[in-house]
Amino acid sequence: MSVFGALLRRDLALARREGGATFLVLGFFLIVIALFPFGVGPELDMLARIAPGTLWVAALLAALLPLDRLFQADREDGSLDQLALLPLPLELVVLAKVAAQWLSIGLPLVVLSPLLALLLNLPTEAMPTLMLSLALGTPALALIGAIGAALTVGIRRGGALLSVLVLPLDVPVLIFGAGAVDAAALGFEPTAHLMLLAACALAALALAPFAAAAALRLSLD
Amino acid sequence: MAGLHALANPAKFVRLTDALIPWCAGLAALAIAAGLYLGLIEAPADYQQGETVRIMFVHVPSAWLALGLYTGMALASASGLIWRHPVADLLAKAMAPIGAGFTLIALITGSLWGKPMWGAWWVWDARLTSVLVLFFLYLGYMAIWQAYDDPTRGARAAAILALVGFINVPIVKFSVDWWNTLHQPASVVKAGGPAIHPSILTPLLIMALGFFAFAALVVMIRAQGEIAERRLSALRLAEARSETP
Amino acid sequence: MSEFFAMGGYAGFVWSAYGATALVMVGLLIWSWRSRKAAEAALQQLEEARRGP
Repeated sequence: MSVFGALLRRDLALARREGGATFLVLGFFLIVIALFPFGVGPELDMLARIAPGTLWVAALLAALLPLDRLFQADREDGSLDQLALLPLPLELVVLAKVAAQWLSIGLPLVVLSPLLALLLNLPTEAMPTLMLSLALGTPALALIGAIGAALTVGIRRGGALLSVLVLPLDVPVLIFGAGAVDAAALGFEPTAHLMLLAACALAALALAPFAAAAALRLSLD
Repeated sequence: MAGLHALANPAKFVRLTDALIPWCAGLAALAIAAGLYLGLIEAPADYQQGETVRIMFVHVPSAWLALGLYTGMALASASGLIWRHPVADLLAKAMAPIGAGFTLIALITGSLWGKPMWGAWWVWDARLTSVLVLFFLYLGYMAIWQAYDDPTRGARAAAILALVGFINVPIVKFSVDWWNTLHQPASVVKAGGPAIHPSILTPLLIMALGFFAFAALVVMIRAQGEIAERRLSALRLAEARSETP
Repeated sequence: MSEFFAMGGYAGFVWSAYGATALVMVGLLIWSWRSRKAAEAALQQLEEARRGP
């Protein structure tokens, strides 16, 4: 467990040193949200109606951004081979890296979301659900994204392929996440959606590390 | 099972499929011809949907194949990963464009059926939506094969993706079903077609048989081509190596 | 006969559907056939060259 902790701390330290990635992703999140009124018009009632889905789609796209660096940086300087040699199973290595990425990027996204929701006139009753749905959903997105990242590490133009691979897999998370916020905004109970979202997150937690590790082993030999 | 493992030998696979191909071709031609006759001429028009119900005879078999071929792809990928059968990988690779093609047919014919039935070219009906996601999964699978320079690694990467996608297919179906029923409170969506009357069911099943035989035919031809291409690049590689001083 | 082609007014939909289906299916068959032929021809050529004069 201490190897896991050490790896987690190392990746967090790297993320903190780079710093730029977090602000880049948050900035992207903000810009995408801001684009919508320009595209669909500033009418507040309409924006409120599309806010849940828009916030979720923007979060989903923002979650794609850090993925191609998840394993790439380590592969480039040779540390990926080192990580594979650790007494830690490769699946847990993947989990540690995804956890570090979520803590440095996903968590700020969750925290920032209510502010951006104000830009789209989301009813305040829906804010807690928004944060909860993103808190459950962004780890799921990060885990699913790790599979795509592992499959495309070391492929030229891997970034575009990454999106094509990951987005169809993200669809259920998006449906339940946006659905929960939508239900809350309309005054209904979001519990059912949130439960299903949690189920997706747990499934991702159970399965994604294995798929990603299997994919990483391909670039190791 | 031993028989199946014997198929792992590319040469045996080619010999077996060489024998099967003409039979599949014959079966496909006969069944499709019979299906077309029964479906377009013999079968009565639906009292609600009129003649458009005939689209069902190409739409439904295509949808079945779209899912069936993805399942086949996943199974072949799994055996490629577990037993390292060289043929299994190539069989999966061969199925992908065929599966994607039938998915596309399902989407197009579904749209053409939907316009007169529902008044819209596209509706986010649970079935259409999950088939659309299936289409994206096929495209991603084919893209991964293209992206890897090393075909052995590409095969394993593609296999991993096929299996992950296979888990996703029922999840998407379930989630879209849930989402769909929640977003359609009061309206009545007439799912599927009319009650399956034998005059409709028979042409449907015959067309399905023909389509499946056709798909098997094309997959076998593609797989043989892939095996030949693999042998070709192996030979070229060996030559390039032996030429280096 | 013309009634058959008119398909109760839905001709555009029904025939487009069947047409698109036929197009994709035949296209897949031809493409797969030609790919195989090209690969097998190149393979034969290469193997003959290896066997030498």
